[in-house]
Amino acid sequence: MRLGNVFYLSLLFGACWGAIVTLLGTLLALFISGEPFQPKVSAGALAGFVSAGVLTFVPPVKRQIGWVALSALIFLVVLTIATGVQPLGQPLTHFAIGQLIFSVMISFFSVHAVHLTVRGFGPDREKRYNLEVIGLRFLKGFGLVAFTIAVALPFFIMVMMSLKNQQLLLSNPLDFSLDIGQGAAALFRSYVELFTEYHFGSYLLNSAFVSVATVAITLFFAVPGAYAVARLKFPGQAFLSRSILLIYMVPMIVLVIPLYAIFSQLGMRNTLWGLLLVYPATTIPVALYMLQGYFRGIPAELEEAGLMDGLNRLSVIIKITLPLALPALASVALYVFMIAWNEFLFAFMFLDNVDIYTLSRGIAELNNAEVPRQHLMAGAVIATVPVLALFLWFERFLVAGLTAGSVKG
Amino acid sequence: MTSSGPPKGLGPLAKREMRFAYLLLLPTFAIVLSVVLFPLIANLWISFKPVTLGDLRAPSMLVNERLMGDIVAEGDKATLRYRVRNSSRKGDIADVTMTDTLPASLNVLSFDERCTIDGTALTCVLGDYEARKREDILIEVAATEAFISTPENVKSSKPVFEFVPENVLTNNDFTLDNFRQLFKASDFWPVLWASLYYTIAGTVGALIVGLFAAQLMNLAFRGRSFLRGLFLSPYVAPVIAVALAWVLLLDPGPGGTLNALLMQLGVVEGPINFLGRRDIEISLMGLSFKFPVALTVVIIFEIWRYFPLAMLFILARMQSVSTDIYEAAEIDGATPLQQFRFISLPQLAGIMAVLFLLRFIWTFNKFDDIFLLTGGAAGTRTLTVNVYEQAFAVSNLGAGAAVAVVVFIILLMFSVIFFKFSPEDDA
Repeated sequence: MRLGNVFYLSLLFGACWGAIVTLLGTLLALFISGEPFQPKVSAGALAGFVSAGVLTFVPPVKRQIGWVALSALIFLVVLTIATGVQPLGQPLTHFAIGQLIFSVMISFFSVHAVHLTVRGFGPDREKRYNLEVIGLRFLKGFGLVAFTIAVALPFFIMVMMSLKNQQLLLSNPLDFSLDIGQGAAALFRSYVELFTEYHFGSYLLNSAFVSVATVAITLFFAVPGAYAVARLKFPGQAFLSRSILLIYMVPMIVLVIPLYAIFSQLGMRNTLWGLLLVYPATTIPVALYMLQGYFRGIPAELEEAGLMDGLNRLSVIIKITLPLALPALASVALYVFMIAWNEFLFAFMFLDNVDIYTLSRGIAELNNAEVPRQHLMAGAVIATVPVLALFLWFERFLVAGLTAGSVKG
Repeated sequence: MTSSGPPKGLGPLAKREMRFAYLLLLPTFAIVLSVVLFPLIANLWISFKPVTLGDLRAPSMLVNERLMGDIVAEGDKATLRYRVRNSSRKGDIADVTMTDTLPASLNVLSFDERCTIDGTALTCVLGDYEARKREDILIEVAATEAFISTPENVKSSKPVFEFVPENVLTNNDFTLDNFRQLFKASDFWPVLWASLYYTIAGTVGALIVGLFAAQLMNLAFRGRSFLRGLFLSPYVAPVIAVALAWVLLLDPGPGGTLNALLMQLGVVEGPINFLGRRDIEISLMGLSFKFPVALTVVIIFEIWRYFPLAMLFILARMQSVSTDIYEAAEIDGATPLQQFRFISLPQLAGIMAVLFLLRFIWTFNKFDDIFLLTGGAAGTRTLTVNVYEQAFAVSNLGAGAAVAVVVFIILLMFSVIFFKFSPEDDA
């Protein structure tokens, strides 16, 4: 069989995957153990190059499990030799078993990645279509890995730092090994301290109260408004339905000075009620916009039937429209909750009194040199977990509502 | 004579519907008017006023009361002095009235003509006090026998004031200094450029990354819904939590993960102060230019945090494109890249344009992200951060409001341009 462009392409991607997997595998070993492993990227690329050559030398039907294992073995051998028997950049004498496990894993994943990239294509020549398919497979695989790491890394840091103590962190910032043996109480000490010494219990309650109240007020105002814009005819209806979103374009920072000045003089600044006036004002327009998009999608005949049967408008809204719009209500509620829970600027500007701090304000208070980092990150985790859990739980709702309301509206 | 043709104006039913609609919209109007539109106007007003943060505390009257002169025997004379002043250095106070109770054991001989005495009750109508004004109100008294035997402290009854303080926000004091200062400041243009660079690069970057992420999420593979949830989390998590995680991640001191990682890999020799370094000299083919470090890192954070939104909308649009088109293209021999270029991209152009528009404005408005990452240091001060800086760090509310007016005017210009040139609809 003649070797064609697919073979050469697979050599290229083999080298790429070899380098990437070696880098990531070694870093993972470093994070888990805290040992100063050095990724041998070029040796990994060489190993990937050679093993990809072996793997794709045979046509696809022959690349059974045995052949893949052979290629992985060759990867492992090349990696070991090219690094001078230091596959992870450290002599094999320490953590021999761990290094061995990681080297085998790197070999396997690297070869498997090449296998998936060129799956179904032989070592001979292929048309442009199939070359693009192979190229895109590599790009997609690489993209998934890169995106996952880029997105997850800050969250990983957040959680890990909250569980470690500052001295350990400063002495070896790359050591993310957790000492499970110290027991749960010691592991979660910074969380316990936040709740016992830093009032995080009351911050959590304040945040929950403000967010839930904002959702309630927003829906109470936005539902009738959205219904009017979507269903009723009145002068200015078209203008309103178009311009309502403009309110959402007004920058908060422009509002903060006058609101600060006026609320200060009225004595409303340092209160949760002040926030409960500002938050709904910013969320009602977008809620109204999302809801009216959904209300338009509900057949008017259903409501007309209700009117014919003697219901008045208000009971039509309550008994027919709202039950049908439940998914939209849920998604709007979730979105508004998210905005209120995460809001930083007004909480930061308005609240001075520790008793009424929301979580965002409370964490801002922790952000100084005297508070150890694990407390700061534990605070960040406490603020993130509820909203993220709620969001992931209802994700489908939110995605459908967000896109339906604003894309089709 | 009856007129022919359809009736003009609204019929009674339509009028009822209109009234009902307005009734439903009334609460929304009320809250939006009071918390959004009114402050917008108030901001414009404040931008023309010389107001600092300290002026928000209303001026009030202060008094120091003292009995002067030695009283040893009955009939000795003394002077009761009220030293009255306006506490504020800027705000005037109008219609000041002071009331106090004099000790019954002192005989009043003479008193200030603005005062009246009824029994032991002293009432002085003092008129207006401009800023910083102070004066003494004197009451001549003579001691009675009762005072000698049990001296009373004149301070035991505190004088009470009634007055109308001037409100610094509503008085007639106007100035153009805020704007003059703003445009004369040496950092006005750098701040504007930083704002524009941040807005354009952040918007375009988030859109491109979002487009790429949407392509990935459109694939079918195991764990896709988990990954989609993960990819959305930067957008969902509280800004303060993720911003501080980034700050610690990029920390140049000991304990900074990324710098430690880069040094372990041998990429850099010493730690890089990602959020504190203004720019770095780069020479490329004989050309050397300054690459803004902190500003770029802040933009990367912006992209990281907002690509999920673009991804969501693009994904929704992609999934609503019918597969027939792709099947037809497949039969005609279009390669995957050609399909993307000639089918997917044109289909996505509408939503990309809308997203660009929205994200552009929102990115321009963004404050918290930059504020939490750098506080506006190292060349990352955008207009919005400058609003905070002027109003609350320098404590000059008027100057901050002036910057806010500039922000709003630029925004208005963008909106007009966008809505003029934006595609009619479809997205």
